[in-house]
Amino acid sequence: MTESILNSAILLTLLGIVSALILYVVSKKFYVYENPLISEVEDLLPAANCAGCGFPGCRSFAEKLVNTDDISDLFCPVGGNEVMKLVSDALGKEVAEKDPTVAVVRCQGSCDVRPKTTEYQGPRSCAISALIYSGETDCQYGCLGDGDCVVACKFDAMYMDETTGLPVVITDKCTSCGMCVDACPRDIIEMRPKHKRDLKIFVGCLNEEKGGIAKRACSVACIGCSKCLDVCPKEAIVIENNLAYIDPAYCTLCRKCVPVCPTHSIIETNFPPRKEKKAEAKATAKVESIKPQNDA
Amino acid sequence: MLKTFPKGGIHPSENKITSAKPIKRLPLPKVVYVPISQHIGIPAEIVVDRKDKVEIGQVIAKSGGYVSSNIHSPVAGTVTKLDKIVDTRGYKKQCIVIRSDVKNESNFQENEYPLKEEISLQQEEILKRISEYGIVGLGGATFPSHVKLQVKKDKLLDCLIVNGVECEPFLTADHRLMLEKGKEILVGIRILMYALQIDRAIIGIENNKKDAIDLFRSLTSGASGIQIAALQVKYPQGGEKQLIRALLKREVPKNGLPMDVGVVVHNVGTVFAIYQAIQHNRPLMERVVTVTGKKLNDPSNFWVKIGTPVKDLLDAVGGVPEDTRKIVSGGPMMGKALKNTDVPVTKGTSGILVISEDEASRGEPKNCIRCGECVDVCPMGLEPHLLMNLSEKGMYEKAIEEDILTCIECGSCSYVCPSHRPLLDYIRFGKSIGKQLESNK
Repeated sequence: MTESILNSAILLTLLGIVSALILYVVSKKFYVYENPLISEVEDLLPAANCAGCGFPGCRSFAEKLVNTDDISDLFCPVGGNEVMKLVSDALGKEVAEKDPTVAVVRCQGSCDVRPKTTEYQGPRSCAISALIYSGETDCQYGCLGDGDCVVACKFDAMYMDETTGLPVVITDKCTSCGMCVDACPRDIIEMRPKHKRDLKIFVGCLNEEKGGIAKRACSVACIGCSKCLDVCPKEAIVIENNLAYIDPAYCTLCRKCVPVCPTHSIIETNFPPRKEKKAEAKATAKVESIKPQNDA
Repeated sequence: MLKTFPKGGIHPSENKITSAKPIKRLPLPKVVYVPISQHIGIPAEIVVDRKDKVEIGQVIAKSGGYVSSNIHSPVAGTVTKLDKIVDTRGYKKQCIVIRSDVKNESNFQENEYPLKEEISLQQEEILKRISEYGIVGLGGATFPSHVKLQVKKDKLLDCLIVNGVECEPFLTADHRLMLEKGKEILVGIRILMYALQIDRAIIGIENNKKDAIDLFRSLTSGASGIQIAALQVKYPQGGEKQLIRALLKREVPKNGLPMDVGVVVHNVGTVFAIYQAIQHNRPLMERVVTVTGKKLNDPSNFWVKIGTPVKDLLDAVGGVPEDTRKIVSGGPMMGKALKNTDVPVTKGTSGILVISEDEASRGEPKNCIRCGECVDVCPMGLEPHLLMNLSEKGMYEKAIEEDILTCIECGSCSYVCPSHRPLLDYIRFGKSIGKQLESNK
């Protein structure tokens, strides 16, 4: 009895020693030098592996950061300026500084403003339904409501609002990795600067139809009337194909365009409520200034 | 024993309720909407402008490249707009809007001409005219016919197949055309045989159209070279590759064309259009459309001018019943449900099918039970359940390896699936991504 225990114990010990020797020799013989900086930089990165930087994962991004001399056009959107600063300190290279961005959904076509005209029974996926149809409503530009962006988001920063049928971005969780932008077949989601306190102004519509047709399909559609263009003091608004676009590079968040929009298609977020009197006075002034023109 | 293709196929209930109804002429539409992309390939380029007066048969959009086709005005009238109008998928597409002139007599001229048998044109002239007169495949794929007739030097053709199969349930457009224009179709076949320099042609007709088979047999008795083949009733026998396999036992290679096995296939509708173009100088401006549905008052077959809105056709059969759920352009198997009825009839519209509430429901998808029904019925020998899984999970490269690109989208797999899985939806999606990947290579 004791003999068999002893035999196996000796055998196993010998096996262990022999294997350890082989492993030691192999690891010395076939050693591959790797820049220790790569692991160091990888530890600094957020380890989200979201591919928002354009590389398959944080490791490959770290390799790229270490191996290229000019890294000013590389940026980790999830870590933002903080992480890039750390990377810059570790590598001693210049990095670009970017304003933090956040995903916005440029469609307000909820069930009550954008009536359904047809019914779709196929698989619930935006990519598939966009291939077969222009959607259940008459708007061929708006949200299809099947939630491919929510599925694509790896940070739980999006959900589908059940009453409106539209996706919502939780801005605190959004890392602006851009996966939802790629997933949307209609290019509805855009990355826009986050600003302080997450103040944003953008046109919540992508409909390029002429005013009447757009309005018939959706009551909050941009009709390309160019009223916002007229009031904008910074020339930040461009109107192309009957559709307004607010260029975030020029927009100073003055909010003048929001009340003049006749279809309420310009969205403002996280601003304090307006002073009522001022807004009313402005609105009446606008009406007066338009009226004589109409008569003439 | 009737001929058929060996692998797969299904037999849905035929429902050919309009097969005894002669083709009627639809009243002149007030306005026609002529899309510039009615064929596979590059869209045509518009050559008319607003307020231009156009004659019937005048070229209004010129072919945009080699795989493209001219488009002719189906009516005499005035171009009112160059506008965008929804296509069957609901996306806006460029089209030419023409208001027809009710005083112009040419609008009311019918395409009834005395039969003209002798072929006076030379071979090259025939090919040139087919390309100029906007002839495309009228079976549904709308592939420009002149491209099919340009035979490469190294290919040896020995047989012309004329496709009178019409395997889709409900549709009877080709069937009626064969019965009413049999002699003209035979002349068309002779024109094609002359143009391609081949001395053998087979007309393939499914056995549920016995009257057409008998008619052609009596017309061709004594004539050499043209053979009539009765085929077993099976869907999708009208598919080019299936038909070649059934008639000649030749297999078209993967990524290959019928030309590679010495065959050219044309639909009977196309052959008739070619007859009219060559013998009577008429470009392709109208086609036969079956308007059908179990609950319609008077389902019929019509001669319809290209560009006529679908709602005009529905009015002509006594309106749409109350409980209509879907209106499909094409047959029930491969047709596309319409987004709205303003959609115009194009060169590829073979039928308008009205489906009621109780026929249209699509079952709730459940898990795959691995029964293998889809594999049994796939006429291309694919594994639809596997392809669906691969494209659902985004494994497009693997799906290409599994030959997703050879799928003919016949829908047999979705038809038989006992779990109501949306097989074709996912396969079509995977196929579109696969095509993009292939073209990027």
